[in-house]
Amino acid sequence: MVLVLAIGDLHIPHRAPDLPAKFKSMLVPGKIQHILCTGNLCIKEVHDYLKSLSPDLHITRGEYDEDVRYPENKTLSIGQFKLGLCHGHQIVPWGDLDSLAMLQRQLDIDILVTGHTHQFKAYKHEGGVIINPGSATGAYSSITYDANPSFVLMDIDGLRVVVYVYELIDGEVKVDKIDFKKTATTQSAH
Amino acid sequence: MLPHGDDEEKWLAEGIAGIQHNAFYMHRALDSNDLKDALRYSVQMLSELRTSLLSPHKYYELYMRAFDELRKMEMFFREETARGTISVIELYELVQHAGNILPRLYLLCTVGSVYIKSKEAPAKDVLKDLVEMCRGIQHPVRGLFLRSYLCQISRDKLPDIGSEYEGDADTVSHAIEFVIQNFTEMNKLWVRMQHQGPTREKDKREKERSQLRDLVGKNLHVLSQIEGVDLDIYKETVLPRVLEQVVNCKDELAQHYLMDCIIQVFPDEYHLQTLETLLGAFPQLQPTVDIKTVLSQLMDRLSIYAASSIEVLPEFLQVEAFSKLSNAIGKVIEAQVDMPVVGAITLYVSLLTFTLRVHPDRLDYVDQVLGACVKKLSGRAKLEDSRATKQIVALLSAPLEKYNDIVTALKLPNYPRVMDHLDNGTNKVMAVVIIQSIMKNTTCISTADKVEALFELIKGLIRDVDETQDDEIDEEDFKEEQNSVARLIHMLHNDDPEEMLKIICTVRKHIILGGPKRLPFTVPPLVFSALKLVRHLQGQDGDVIGEEISATPKKIFQILHQTIEALLSVPSPELALRLYLQCAEAANDCDLEPVAYEFFTQAFILYEEEVADSKAQVTAIHLIIGTLQRMNVFGVENRDTLTHKATGYSAKLLKKPDQCRAVYACSHLFWVDEQDGIKDGERVLLCLKRALRIANAAQQMANVTRGSSGPVVLFIEILNKYLYFFEKGNPQVTSSVLQGLIELIKTEMQTDGSSDPSADAFFASTLRYIQFQKQKGGAMGEKYDPIKI
Repeated sequence: MVLVLAIGDLHIPHRAPDLPAKFKSMLVPGKIQHILCTGNLCIKEVHDYLKSLSPDLHITRGEYDEDVRYPENKTLSIGQFKLGLCHGHQIVPWGDLDSLAMLQRQLDIDILVTGHTHQFKAYKHEGGVIINPGSATGAYSSITYDANPSFVLMDIDGLRVVVYVYELIDGEVKVDKIDFKKTATTQSAH
Repeated sequence: MLPHGDDEEKWLAEGIAGIQHNAFYMHRALDSNDLKDALRYSVQMLSELRTSLLSPHKYYELYMRAFDELRKMEMFFREETARGTISVIELYELVQHAGNILPRLYLLCTVGSVYIKSKEAPAKDVLKDLVEMCRGIQHPVRGLFLRSYLCQISRDKLPDIGSEYEGDADTVSHAIEFVIQNFTEMNKLWVRMQHQGPTREKDKREKERSQLRDLVGKNLHVLSQIEGVDLDIYKETVLPRVLEQVVNCKDELAQHYLMDCIIQVFPDEYHLQTLETLLGAFPQLQPTVDIKTVLSQLMDRLSIYAASSIEVLPEFLQVEAFSKLSNAIGKVIEAQVDMPVVGAITLYVSLLTFTLRVHPDRLDYVDQVLGACVKKLSGRAKLEDSRATKQIVALLSAPLEKYNDIVTALKLPNYPRVMDHLDNGTNKVMAVVIIQSIMKNTTCISTADKVEALFELIKGLIRDVDETQDDEIDEEDFKEEQNSVARLIHMLHNDDPEEMLKIICTVRKHIILGGPKRLPFTVPPLVFSALKLVRHLQGQDGDVIGEEISATPKKIFQILHQTIEALLSVPSPELALRLYLQCAEAANDCDLEPVAYEFFTQAFILYEEEVADSKAQVTAIHLIIGTLQRMNVFGVENRDTLTHKATGYSAKLLKKPDQCRAVYACSHLFWVDEQDGIKDGERVLLCLKRALRIANAAQQMANVTRGSSGPVVLFIEILNKYLYFFEKGNPQVTSSVLQGLIELIKTEMQTDGSSDPSADAFFASTLRYIQFQKQKGGAMGEKYDPIKI
């Protein structure tokens, strides 16, 4: 069991003052093995906070990030899965799943984690899974109206990944889960 | 005559030896029941205490040895009188034959203890006798220790209510009288020490006196333990008598210690009820007494007492504690002209703590304390003393912590006035404290007036208050400060659009003065706050008939325009570009075509003139394309102009691969996958073909310059885009076009000497995808059928 946190688009302090208190109390150091952050933190304080949750932190650049040195995209292997990370403002049309699938093919990955739209998505297609953890602070977005704060926790176990999405709706944290299975190691998920 | 160091050790050793020597023989006599001899040796032993050679500290050691022996003597006396060998009265007589007065009195006290215990005479009579007889010793150190011995042996034998020594009625007054008399005499002796000896040894004397203070204070402790001393007796008798002695002795050391002692030793309830009397003593004390620490002590104790239970609070109101304390402090500060500022502020901090505990609802009291502070601070230059500024931060933080609500603190007129007197550094520290309090309590500041007041308070963070501010600021600290201001802006909100607009204008007014260093931090949160308001107004239906509405999206966009413009002075063109695009999208959603066009114009101007870095250009052009792709408000002409610009700039990026990618991204400008979206198949194809041409050129360039093949991957990307539009049903993208492209790629990859594994993988997954679509069956399967891979 490997826990991977997918989180991003916090937009602190441009669009939000802080992570919701209920999320903060849930995100405890030492429980999560990897963090994939889609970008738009935007300041070092947020980077340091995420670093404190898990030492294996991966961040890709969002267009408002203070630190311009984050890469445009990143790929890594966790267990039997190949994962990719990209903020998403680079892929036009924004939020278009077919265009994101193209990126997934290009990076040759099973799971693509991407953001920018502030809208949670977990989409399975021929080439794999696309996951958008949404905005952890529910920040203003020109694309999504009334975004609820959300983040995703993936539990990778062998050829199976369970995606838990945590959403703050009217002050309460609601959890949902989705299962994905990969058929074989060399092929991408079907 | 005061002794000297090493000699003292010698004399002490001699004294102790003397005591041990005589004690030995005394015990031998006691064992053989030889009372006369025992007494003789005890007198010799006690004579060691007649020495004048020792300092109080050393005398104490000697005294303790003698004390131990006297306890054993007392036991012997008790046994003897119980046995009937000699009556206690006879014994009392007998010991008075001792030659020297000091040994005589020690023995007398010892026998007196036995006498009282025997109950053959009323305790009050024996005690009276003893306390008067001790007058015989007027030497300060010897007298103090003797009376201390008397205090020690008598404390469990006082005729108190409920004690076995309680005689007829009213004996408690005798107990009190006894203790007070002992106390008075001891204090006199203690004070007299100050005046003995040469003036040059004054400090040494004070130090030695200080060592003896608990001997004197013990009497007050005994008084507090007397059961019979209830509030009335304390009020009528004990306190006035004690205070009388304290005031009349006119000695600084004694007065400070004893006032402190009174406050420590007697219950807080008593202090509350005698507040006037107690406070009345302060002005009568010597001017050099450090009254403020004593007063602070008193207020702190009363604060804790108030916090201990709610039932206690009405008492405070009844005795008008606040006004009494407030007046007393005022008088003290007035009287002690040389008191340093930190002293006065400390007093006010104690008074404020007291007020917040006892009268939290009385904001007028709280403001009064702050006002007194302002008065003390005005007329002076800004504070430099770090201890004083620390106290002022404590003073200002106290209401914040108590009320957990900056809004309450903003109601206090004197609050900002106190802040005005802080130096810039401390002002900023306090401003950060205020912001942290707001963030911690998630306080929402909901009117423009309150925002105005708040920003006045924290002005040290918002702008350079004077010229000297710029130097010596740590960059990290500055960033942290400004980020906290940014976070604060999100806490300013009102659901009423008119008020919210006022808030936005107020914030804008203040941050615009912040200068180029601060604007990049403060402008974005304000912009997004305003965009949220626009969105809110979008959802509302029209205007309220008859009312002047100023909160319209149009108005807000004007303000946004001016605000973002300010970023050009920093200069922050990339940030401004992003914010203009955000506004364009918002204007689109409000159906304001000219406004959206204007924002795009500004974004393009920035792109043309200010964004020079090629990497930044790539990001910027994709943001422009992405935003433009979503616009549905533009008419044909405007849309054409903007898309033409976008594609033009895309083709002009520095690196060929970047050009290629931006150009094929532009293809989406001509195809919006919505019901009324534009679907211009031809122009899509034009873009894709252009992208192909660029990819080809890139190939050729690579051949020529490096002798290797170029980025094959570009072709694969373009193929994927062709597939996209093929599936969407662009009639211009036919299966033969696709087939041609697939063959082209295959050829390129075969002739390619050094293969690119990621390109291989990409092509492979693309082909897999095509296969998958073919196998889907239905309409999609049919579409893909002609394509062979």
